[in-house]
Amino acid sequence: MSNSLVKRFWINSQDAYTVLWSDLLILRSRSGRYLITTTISPLLYLVAFGWGLGRGMNVNGTSYLQFVVPGIIALTAMTASFNGAGTRLNVDRLYFRSFDECLMAPISLLSLLLGKALIGVVRGLVSSIAFIAASLLLAPGFRVGPLFLMELLLTCLVFSFLGVLAALLARSHQDLATFSSLILLPMTFLGGTFFSLAQVPWGLKLALYALPLTHCSICLRAAALDQPVPWASLLAIIFFLMLFFSWCMVVLKRISV
Amino acid sequence: MILIDGLTREYAGKRVVDGLDLRVEKGELFGFLGPNGAGKTTTIRILTTLTKPTSGNVFINGFDVARDPSSVKSQFGIVQQHMSLNRDLSVRENLDFHARLHHLAPEVRQERIEELLEYVELTEHADQLIDKLSGGLKRRTMIARALLHRPRLLFLDEPTVGLDAQARRRVWDLIRKMNMDGSTVFLTTHYIEEAEALCDRVGIIHHGRLIALGTPLQLRQKLGMITVEMQGCGNGTDYRFFPDREDAARFLSSLPVQDKVIMRESNLEDVFVELTGQKVLDK
Repeated sequence: MSNSLVKRFWINSQDAYTVLWSDLLILRSRSGRYLITTTISPLLYLVAFGWGLGRGMNVNGTSYLQFVVPGIIALTAMTASFNGAGTRLNVDRLYFRSFDECLMAPISLLSLLLGKALIGVVRGLVSSIAFIAASLLLAPGFRVGPLFLMELLLTCLVFSFLGVLAALLARSHQDLATFSSLILLPMTFLGGTFFSLAQVPWGLKLALYALPLTHCSICLRAAALDQPVPWASLLAIIFFLMLFFSWCMVVLKRISV
Repeated sequence: MILIDGLTREYAGKRVVDGLDLRVEKGELFGFLGPNGAGKTTTIRILTTLTKPTSGNVFINGFDVARDPSSVKSQFGIVQQHMSLNRDLSVRENLDFHARLHHLAPEVRQERIEELLEYVELTEHADQLIDKLSGGLKRRTMIARALLHRPRLLFLDEPTVGLDAQARRRVWDLIRKMNMDGSTVFLTTHYIEEAEALCDRVGIIHHGRLIALGTPLQLRQKLGMITVEMQGCGNGTDYRFFPDREDAARFLSSLPVQDKVIMRESNLEDVFVELTGQKVLDK
């Protein structure tokens, strides 16, 4: 019994890696270009909000620059993971139509889903770590420890599964762009990235707590500034991860035989 | 090899496959002929586990497609109508990906890839990106990919659509070779000459229903082996079918004017037009 479970786990892991492998080949062939393009917008945010608007400002006793960097890391992880998993899958499904090959292969839906989500995680981590490296040079003073990295990984997982979900539900390329404009863009600015939620009215605060990025920003900021772990937000991230993962499985089961 | 029983698929209340019953035997090269939108691709999608049927049963090599899709998935290879290759990868990488998905061991994988590159004459293009290849070379890559895990059954969905005459002939040769090497081939096409040139048996599908089934010869014999085409009759061309040339000649001699009349051998297009009142390429 346990042997068969181990065997199944091993096969599923290998299959998920196979699905990931083809996307890694593409990422490897464009790694230089990817690194440059993916770090430009967070660096612009850092310069514009951290050095420009926020110079001399303090939030809850810390400089605005120190406050905003973890928020920008969270949004970098969000954007890169969502696009890395979602856009790639959208292209595979609707443009190349090579996703059919995965659906017809003798692999489990779990492996397929993990493989497709993991490329988002890889891209999210690569982008975030590149930005963290640049930020440590430009604005040192935040801590990157194991807890921070674990929360960064969770952030990438949440938004990779959200990307996969959006790509599975999309019926055209435009659908994914619409999803990005309606969900991701507002989250970029409202998800606790650039301002403290303590400053917003109660009703809006409640709405902002419904956004996964808010909790990712809160957790990453606490870890970066050596503050106590915000357990409620950490649990909220895990909740969003499970929600998006389960939703992806339901949709995947619906579209495959 | 393939057993289809009462297969139906509806989209928004419209039946695109309507009560299809069919049996394809091991080693056969079976042609599914019909115009665009007749239900060929939907049937193939159901047979290859990509689409759920509304009702009916399908068995591939004894495995139930609806109940045991995992077992069915390792039984077949497919060349889809559209280019379903990853265009950001090379020919070799696409094949490698497929081999990994089908759990081929690393040493077998490399050997099989080289063997198939040679089989479809793509060795010199192996490291080129798919995007840089011509339509014919892409199609040959898809054929190599379909054969990589040595399936006993091959689905070819309009395998020559969009190819020039030379590339089409090369794909035909490959299809014959695969069939002679022991693969059962289920081919959909709307090219009459393709079905006639390749298939042991042909099923004609129209509005989702199988309206004729038999060898190309049987279907032509049923209609009449000789066709007399009379141009300029009424609204267009009128066709008459005869079992042999003598009967056709007797009919011709009874006609008052013969300068716009052609006598020729009947083909599957004639069978299709006679059964449906529509040309295969009309749609």
